[in-house]
Amino acid sequence: MKQWRAQTVAELRLLARNGEQLLLTIGIPVMLLVFFSVVDVLPTGEGDAIDFLLPGVLAIALMSTAMVSLGIATGFERSYGVLKRLGATPLGRPRLIAAKLACVVIVQFVQFIVLAIIAVLLGWSAGGLNLNALLIGFIFGTASFIGIGLLLAGTLRGEVNLAAQNGLYLLMLLLSGMIINADSMPSGLNSLATALPSGALATILRTATGHSSDAIAGPTMVLIAWSAGALVLAGRSFSWSPSDSRR
Amino acid sequence: MIVEDLVVSYGDLCAVDHASFTAAHGEVTVILGPNGAGKTSTIEVCEGFRVAHSGNVSVSGLHPVRDHAALTRKMGVMLQGGGVYPSSRVQEIVRLYVDLYDKGASADELVDRVGLRHRRGHSWKRLSGGEQQRLSLALALAAVPEVAFLDEPTAGVDVSGRQDIRGIVTDLAATGCAVVLATHELDEAERIADRIVIFHQGRVVANGTLAELRSGNDGLRFSSSPELDDRELSRHLNAKVTRDADGRYVVSADPTPSLVARLSQWLADHSLPLNDLRTSETLEAIFQRIVNSLGDGR
Repeated sequence: MKQWRAQTVAELRLLARNGEQLLLTIGIPVMLLVFFSVVDVLPTGEGDAIDFLLPGVLAIALMSTAMVSLGIATGFERSYGVLKRLGATPLGRPRLIAAKLACVVIVQFVQFIVLAIIAVLLGWSAGGLNLNALLIGFIFGTASFIGIGLLLAGTLRGEVNLAAQNGLYLLMLLLSGMIINADSMPSGLNSLATALPSGALATILRTATGHSSDAIAGPTMVLIAWSAGALVLAGRSFSWSPSDSRR
Repeated sequence: MIVEDLVVSYGDLCAVDHASFTAAHGEVTVILGPNGAGKTSTIEVCEGFRVAHSGNVSVSGLHPVRDHAALTRKMGVMLQGGGVYPSSRVQEIVRLYVDLYDKGASADELVDRVGLRHRRGHSWKRLSGGEQQRLSLALALAAVPEVAFLDEPTAGVDVSGRQDIRGIVTDLAATGCAVVLATHELDEAERIADRIVIFHQGRVVANGTLAELRSGNDGLRFSSSPELDDRELSRHLNAKVTRDADGRYVVSADPTPSLVARLSQWLADHSLPLNDLRTSETLEAIFQRIVNSLGDGR
C-alpha cells in the first residue's frame, strides 16, 4: 500500500508539472466546451448547444486522459528506461499499473467537476442526470481507452507512439459524434462512429447527462468489447523497455 | 551470485558465450570489457530483465526471473542511462525510491551521501551527466541492497566525483553487499576491484583478483629513451629486458629495491631518463596481454 501510494503521488506530481498534459486533459476540453457553446458553428441539433456539447466534451476529456495522456507518458517512460528502473524495485507491475489507474481516475474526476461547473454556467441543467449511465460510461470508457493507450505505448517507440496517440485522438474526435453530430455525417461514417469506443461513450454520456433517452445497452456492449480486446492485447504485447526480452 | 555457462543471444548474434563467474558478498566484482563485450547483457540477466538462452544464474539464492519479486527486495540497481523521470526532482525521486524499497533508508542522508544536497530541488534533466550518475547511485542505495548491480557508474563523472563514487562503492561492499560493477574503464576497475571478470567478444577470458591476474607476469616496468641499449642493460642487471608493444621496458625479475637501485644507477650513468616506474603490471597491460594472446578467434 505504501509503494502504491508513493507511486500515485509521484505520478500526479509529474502530471501537474507537465504543461502539455494539462493542456490536453483540462485546457482543450474546456476550450472546446466554451468556444462551441458560444460560437454557433457546429450542427448541434435542436435545443441548447451546451446540452449536445457537454457529453461529447466529457467523452473527449475521458479519452484524452485515459488514452492520450497516459499513453504518451507511459511511452516516454518506457523509452527513457523509467519503467525498467521501476521494475527493479518492489513496486511490481500490478502496483505500478494501479498507481497509473488511480492517477487517471483522479484526473478524470477533476475534469468532470470542472466541465460540469462550466456547463452549468453556460446554461446546462443537471436535472436529467442519469448516474447509472454515467458510471457505466466512466468505467468502460476508461477501461477501453486505457487499453488502447497502453497497447500503443507498450509496443511502439516513444516518438512513433506520440504521433499514433495524437493521430488516433484527432480521428476519434472528428469521427465519433463527440462534437460533430453523427447524424449530419454520411451514413458510412455514422456507422463507424457507433462502432468506435469514443462514439459509444458519447452516446452513453448523452443519456447520462439527460440530452437523449437512447438505450445504452448497445453502446455499452461496444465499450465492453473494446475494453476486453484492448486490455488483453495490451497485456500480451506490452514490453517494459524497447529492448526487454522478458515481457 | 553465481553465473554458470550463461548464453545470451540476439537472433544470430551471441552476445554472451558460455560465461561463468561468481561474485561474493563483501566484495566489489568488476565486469570489465570493451563496449559490446557482453557486460550489460550479463548484468541484465542477473537483474532479471533479460531471459538467458541457456545457463544458470542465481542471485542471493534466487532465480532472477522466476523469483524476481523476492529479488527486488534484495538488489539495488544502477542502470546505464539512468531510468529516471526527466522532470522529477532530486529529493522527490530519492524519497520515492526510499518509499518503494521501504528498508529504512533516509532520503536526506542519501542525497547528502552522493553530494547532491545543493541540487535537491533540481530536476533530473537539469543535472550534469556526473550528477545524474550520482543520483542513479542514490536510487540503488535506497534499496539497502544485499546485491548491487552498477552499470558504468563513473561514466561522465569528473575526477572528484569518481573519488566520491569509489568511496561509496567501497563502503557499500564493506556492509557485506555483493557489488557487481560493469565498466570499460580499466583505471577505474584497477582502483576499486576485489575481483575482476574480463569479457572479450562475449566470453569470460580472465577471472580473478588483480594479484591472480598478474601472476607469472611480475617484473619491473619503466619508460625511457628509445635509444636505450636493452642488451647492455640486461647484462648489467643479470635479468631479461624486453620492450613491450607500447615502447615500455620490462625487466623480468623480482622487483626488489636492489634491482630498482641498480636500474636507476645504470640509467643515470648513461644519462637516460627514468619515467613511470612500476613494480607491477597495470590492468591495462593485463587486459592487452590477455586479449593479444587470444588473437581474433573466438
